Amino acid sequence: MAAAGRRWRAPPLIANPWLRWAIAIGAVIYLALALMSLEVKWSRVCEGLDRGWTFVVAFAQPNFISRSEEIVEGIVESLTMTVVATVFGILISIPIGLGAARNIAPVPVYLVCRAIIAVSRTFQEVIVAILFVKMFGFGPLAGAVTLAFATIGFMGKLLAEDIEDIDPAQAEAIRATGASWPQLVNYGIQPQVMPRLLGLSLYRFDINFRESAVIGIVGAGGIGATLNTAFDRYEFDTAAAILITIIAIVMATEYGSSLLRRRLQ
Amino acid sequence: MPVTIGDGRREWQLRDRRGQIGLWLMWLVGTAITVAAIEQISGETIWAFVWDAPEQAADLLTRMVPPRWSYLDKIWSPLWDTINIATLGTLLAIVLGTPLGFLAARNTTPSVALVRPLALLIIVSSRSINSLIWALLLVAILGPGVLAGIFAIALRSIGFVGKLLYEAIEEIDLSQVEAIDATGASPAQTLAYGIVPQIMPAFAGISVYRWDINIRESTVVGLVGAGGIGLQLQSSISTLAWPQVTVIFIAIFVTVVASEWLSARIRHAII
Repeated sequence: MAAAGRRWRAPPLIANPWLRWAIAIGAVIYLALALMSLEVKWSRVCEGLDRGWTFVVAFAQPNFISRSEEIVEGIVESLTMTVVATVFGILISIPIGLGAARNIAPVPVYLVCRAIIAVSRTFQEVIVAILFVKMFGFGPLAGAVTLAFATIGFMGKLLAEDIEDIDPAQAEAIRATGASWPQLVNYGIQPQVMPRLLGLSLYRFDINFRESAVIGIVGAGGIGATLNTAFDRYEFDTAAAILITIIAIVMATEYGSSLLRRRLQ
Repeated sequence: MPVTIGDGRREWQLRDRRGQIGLWLMWLVGTAITVAAIEQISGETIWAFVWDAPEQAADLLTRMVPPRWSYLDKIWSPLWDTINIATLGTLLAIVLGTPLGFLAARNTTPSVALVRPLALLIIVSSRSINSLIWALLLVAILGPGVLAGIFAIALRSIGFVGKLLYEAIEEIDLSQVEAIDATGASPAQTLAYGIVPQIMPAFAGISVYRWDINIRESTVVGLVGAGGIGLQLQSSISTLAWPQVTVIFIAIFVTVVASEWLSARIRHAII
């Protein structure tokens, strides 16, 4: 039997051998090019390692005390920005999400809403924050508007995809009763997407808090400004305290929102 | 479902009284928190600056248009750096995040009591800290440059890769693992032939998805000095060269849309 000496081999991930080799060779060439264009000053890195060690030491003994007022103020500001941005972002994203769902919106509305979502999703929050700080001045308002803007893209896209995936039979049944468009949305679509919408809102709350910690770097309020100052002054113990606070709050909101999500879904 | 019978008619309601009151309370508390937060923010806002925002926006627009296209020649190299930051950072994160995922998954971890909580802590810490903060920290340690950007992206992505991967590992079909085990396979063979093939599509999907996110993130790490197009953006903004800013925005937009398209295509092909 010829089969007796044959060994079994796991099938490759990409079945076409040409494509497989082309991807592998392309990846190697890219890696070589990318690594070659990397300029590393090893002397500077060695010098910095000391500073890195200082940070590790500081992290072991964070200093919450000496700047406690600034930290508390920054955290409260971050949280208020998060709340306002999440609420308004979601309120605005609902009509946009409805408009961006192909199965219930006319084509012109669909295109406009998709364009808004694309722009909001493309630009990182920090870039948007720079523009809003220029328009509204320094402070938490610019931050809240930035986060709300980012929320619109995120929620709008996911809501639209959800609406496109609904069971059309229910919507058709409502339509068959002679329902108007708002009635169709309220009775045919809303019950199907509501649980996921709530879950996503809680998830977005988490994200907004995390982002609120960085947009302060460009002047949009929140804990980021305090953190940036701490790094600029090489006050690593304060920076460590701020980072630990952020991690603790993120963990708490994540835990809380996962509990709530489990109850809602 | 609660039905009340009043003057001979049966009235149907979605919720019973307790549910109704609970819902109402939730709305009340939510609204109160929101209003308090709005109050707080409006107290810290200088409204004079806000009211002239439309003028500011119009002013900004006139400065930004027309874009200075000649500047495009100067941003090819930073754009290449940006893509490298995202790609190399993602690779590094995959290399470090994959073992972390196996250590954190309940069914593959060597010890549920000791190793798993530690791995979860690393995942949560990595996820909680934005890549820009990692960049801030790494620029202070490694000095400004692309290297700091790569590490910043990698450190943020480790948690992401680890979390999604361990969730995928925990959801695998155990009967396949058992079947491999029953052939007398060693633990390493069980891993390679029982678990890895099951999570491979999820793994590839996660990697490409994170790469796509990282392209977006790598455009800003330069703002704090960690290389890439953000450096150019920062210097253009601080010299008020708005026509250049427009060119950079367009470059970022095109890059991000292209990477999103590519990642969607790859994920579609895999799954």
